[in-house]
Amino acid sequence: MSDKAYEKQNPAFYALLVALIFMSVGPIVLMFANSFKLDVDITSGTGGLLFMPTIQNYETALCDVLWYEPEHLDFCGLKFGGAFINSLVIALVSTVLTLVIGCMAAYALVRFRFMGRDAASLTTLMVRMVPPAVLLVPVFGLWNNEFCLDKDGLVGGMIRDSFGGRGDVCLAGTHSGIILIYVAMNLPFVIWILQSFIMQVPRSLEEAARVDGAGPFQVFFKIVLPLIKPGLAAAAIFTFRIAWNEYLLASALSDRDTKTVPILIVNNMSEFNVEWGVIMATGMLLAVPPIIFTLFASRQIITGMTAGAVKG
Amino acid sequence: MKGQILNRMTPYFFMAPAGIIMAIALIYPLGYMMYGSLLDWNPSQSIGEAEFVGLKNYVTLFYDPAFRESLGVTLTFAFFVVIAEMIIGVGLALLLDRNIRGMSVLRTLFILPMMIAPVVVGLMWRYMYHPSIGIFNRGLDAVGLEKVDWLGQNALLSVILADIWQWTPFIFILSLAALQSLPQSALEASRIDGATGWQQIIYIKLPMMLPILIVTALLRLIDAFKVLEVILVMTEGGPGLSTEILALRISRTATEFRELGVAAAMSNYLLILLMILTVSMFAFTRWQERRATRLAAAIQEDA
Repeated sequence: MSDKAYEKQNPAFYALLVALIFMSVGPIVLMFANSFKLDVDITSGTGGLLFMPTIQNYETALCDVLWYEPEHLDFCGLKFGGAFINSLVIALVSTVLTLVIGCMAAYALVRFRFMGRDAASLTTLMVRMVPPAVLLVPVFGLWNNEFCLDKDGLVGGMIRDSFGGRGDVCLAGTHSGIILIYVAMNLPFVIWILQSFIMQVPRSLEEAARVDGAGPFQVFFKIVLPLIKPGLAAAAIFTFRIAWNEYLLASALSDRDTKTVPILIVNNMSEFNVEWGVIMATGMLLAVPPIIFTLFASRQIITGMTAGAVKG
Repeated sequence: MKGQILNRMTPYFFMAPAGIIMAIALIYPLGYMMYGSLLDWNPSQSIGEAEFVGLKNYVTLFYDPAFRESLGVTLTFAFFVVIAEMIIGVGLALLLDRNIRGMSVLRTLFILPMMIAPVVVGLMWRYMYHPSIGIFNRGLDAVGLEKVDWLGQNALLSVILADIWQWTPFIFILSLAALQSLPQSALEASRIDGATGWQQIIYIKLPMMLPILIVTALLRLIDAFKVLEVILVMTEGGPGLSTEILALRISRTATEFRELGVAAAMSNYLLILLMILTVSMFAFTRWQERRATRLAAAIQEDA
């Protein structure tokens, strides 16, 4: 592209471009600006872009992790900092797990012929479309009632006898419970997208390594993995994005201590009196990591997206 | 001998973690849901205590006007969203498929809306649609037009607009990629034959892009059935049931009405719908590949 001369376009074309950029980025910029305004400024509507920026909203949002006490607050109601850390832990751990596990599975599906290969690949393709809403009921039921530590067994029974209550430790309400469902939900997509990248790795390279005496795991980790880095980056971004943004399943599975940021925002949103400034600040904090990814890795994202669609 | 067995087991070692996790947390829950949909089941009961009622939930739902309305809303939403996004996205791709400076910056900015959290998108639009402080009504007010009751009377339209904002770039990026991978020789030949820009688009570009466009539309359609957070934050399904899409209804049935069995049956309906779409997408790509190989073979024979 760069060595070719750029075509001259007529001015209307550039006007259209500017309008498009304005439309796609405008709402985000608007929210960014509003997160620095006091509620008075937002609701009065005078001034538009002329206002005194304040970080008060961010102070309110992050009051539980600040090292000082903001003056305007007498009570720290919003536990945003904790939720942010929960979100970060859940998203990062599930991304890493999904990538490692998905990568291995994709490699097996592309490079080996084995019994059940077709069934495995078809299942992966089919479950890719299952929406979170469909998983809500079973996950709620299973995570609360079945996936528990020895509900009727020895350990659970002992806990129940000595402490009362239901006496079992369930997956629901723990970080690992949420991570498990995110990993499972993202695996089909990751496997499917990595398959197309692994297919492009020349077989001769792997065979050469094998002749030199490398085992299958060595070939995988030392030859294949480094070569599909772009694919891994794309898959990582998509997985992180889903785990970071997801609301429904997290809201069903989390308890007071494992709330993630989307849950916090929705809960605050449905309250009667919306404090726009604070809500916008929390929204902005939730949006920042994906925005950073997009700015730095848009090439990988686009590659991933096209690879996904073209290889139906 | 030992090495051989180890070699034969290798693929299973590679597959095992993924297989186990998907079996436990995906396949098993789906089966659990299908069984649960046959029960009269509320959240305080474990699944063993719930009463077996057969297909009652499905029949009740089938005659339930609220469910039907919700299904209607979902289908309307998905239909209009996909049509509008395809038209705008493909149109923009055709228009912007030029060699201009800063195209990569443009694409980066375009994909921002779909990368940020749906919750945040809903939040943003809820603010912009706000009857008195929202930017749309202020703008209308400033130029002297009547204010619009965005999330009240026109809730579904507003929700559709927000989704178009968020997802048109997806179609745009994919169709731009498709356009740029078209064989240059065909375009060159048509140019020599004197085809105008429009003729090129209608007779060459669009037909050659068609397979990818169909897959894109189906992908987007499947995703449109998954939309939940944006609508939840913007309207909470209201006013009335006017924007209550199926995903939202499932979650309300489960948490508010506490009817897990009914919610499970509803999930099953949604799943069947999506299954049909996925299978048709799969069948279409298979058919397309087969046709491509047949054509290639025919060309080989001719040569």
